[in-house]
Amino acid sequence: MISPLPIVRSALQQVSSVLWLLIHTVQEMGDHMMRGRLPFRLSIFFEQTDRSGVGSIPLVALVSFFIGLTMALLTGYQLRPYGQESLVPSLVAIGFTRELGPLMTGIMVAARVGAAYTAELGTMTVTEEVEAIEAMGIGPLRLLVSPRVLAVFLLMPCLVVISDFTAMFGGAIVSSWAFDIPLQLFFTDSLESLVIRDIVAGVLKSFLFGLIIGLVACYKGLSVRGGAAGVGTATTSSVVTAITTVIGFDTLFNIVLVALFDK
Amino acid sequence: MTTNDTETVTELKNVHLAFDEKEVLQGVDLSLVPRERVVVLGQSGSGKSTLLRLILGILKPTRGSVQFKGMEVTRMGRQRLNRMRQKMGMVYQYSALISSLNVRDNLALPLEELTTNSRREIDEMVMQKLELVGMADARDKMPSELSGGMRKRVGLARGIIMDPELILYDEPSAGLDPVTSTVIDELIISLSEKIGATSIIVTHEMESAFRVATRMAMLYKGRIIADEKPEAFKQNPDPVVAQFISGDTKGPLMEGLPDENT
Repeated sequence: MISPLPIVRSALQQVSSVLWLLIHTVQEMGDHMMRGRLPFRLSIFFEQTDRSGVGSIPLVALVSFFIGLTMALLTGYQLRPYGQESLVPSLVAIGFTRELGPLMTGIMVAARVGAAYTAELGTMTVTEEVEAIEAMGIGPLRLLVSPRVLAVFLLMPCLVVISDFTAMFGGAIVSSWAFDIPLQLFFTDSLESLVIRDIVAGVLKSFLFGLIIGLVACYKGLSVRGGAAGVGTATTSSVVTAITTVIGFDTLFNIVLVALFDK
Repeated sequence: MTTNDTETVTELKNVHLAFDEKEVLQGVDLSLVPRERVVVLGQSGSGKSTLLRLILGILKPTRGSVQFKGMEVTRMGRQRLNRMRQKMGMVYQYSALISSLNVRDNLALPLEELTTNSRREIDEMVMQKLELVGMADARDKMPSELSGGMRKRVGLARGIIMDPELILYDEPSAGLDPVTSTVIDELIISLSEKIGATSIIVTHEMESAFRVATRMAMLYKGRIIADEKPEAFKQNPDPVVAQFISGDTKGPLMEGLPDENT
């Protein structure tokens, strides 16, 4: 039988390393701020928000549109025999705002942005660029990690809102065609069914997922060893770890939320 | 070479370093006085580049002391370490230029991050250093557009951008043609004379070593086995040193390497 101990030890090591990365990045940012400087380079931050945030809009919108459309179509057909098609707008709205929007966006961003961060930082590590930055007396975590993590942390909620709206749009189109629910009515029903708690839960989740994806991707990139093959392995590991962690935290978040508010 | 603490720029005393089970350095003693150019020789994998990383505080020794101007590097916190590194310039074997930044931005990076100079002042300093290494025309080029020799020169310019007191060179002429190699060696000499910096050069290329060195040290089996002026080094009777200089395949340096007939 395979002993679970090495797996648990490795998982704990990774968690502590990611936390170490977060703490040291914050410390380096603090050092720089104490000298009256901005905590990170604005040019790199805006470059990263453009690449990881704005650049992810087409993928997030397209995938969410199709998932929203499919969700409305399948639930509508299941509800039709009971004459309950009118529940489709609220199902899509609540399902996406609270659960599928943050989760699907998290998975897409981990695959698209997390992989790019790991590959980029991994290549910089094997070509000694990261060490050169350190040797110059510039904090490499502040320079390289902080703008990337902040970009994905702050842009995730925006992407989730786009995901929610495009999914509802997809659901609305298919509902008007298949179940004779007018577009206007779909959106009115959707908005009426949403409560603040659903929206807040979705937004909080998206911030958390953004932080997880950014930190895991940067950690994996900076800990690359062994040249091009190492970069490939780290990139795969980064995507797998980020997606698994996002899904794990999503489950944990839902359990806590239900335990606290939905009794 | 004996020096007193106030005179040394950097000093390693009985430095030991082990990676996992393997002890790479086993009691290295080395000190550098201002303005000298010390060449550290040794076989590939003997721990020469590791010495530079210990001086920079990137690696910490398992035992022993590393000092910079009398301050213990191993006990420095992050902020002091960064302040110390600003007085050093590291020139990497493969230049390690930031591939996403052009030549100007590569050189300007430490100035923008660590000083309060205006953009115009930074541009002037960048141009001044680029002119010193004869690369003023490459100001707007990306590292990928430069040849190996050009990249090395830009790496040199970046190494001296903060007017360091100590410049560390990791295999500066490795992989270059003989002419470019001589150009780089001459640049090392002229830079150390012009800015008055102390230099430590790690290499295994004898011709280049004798050209630039004011002192030579040989690292073998984790220790410095010879440390003297180039003329004396050339006459050193130690069979390891003699074999390294001659490049002969027969001798103690072949121990542990595969037999030529197998």
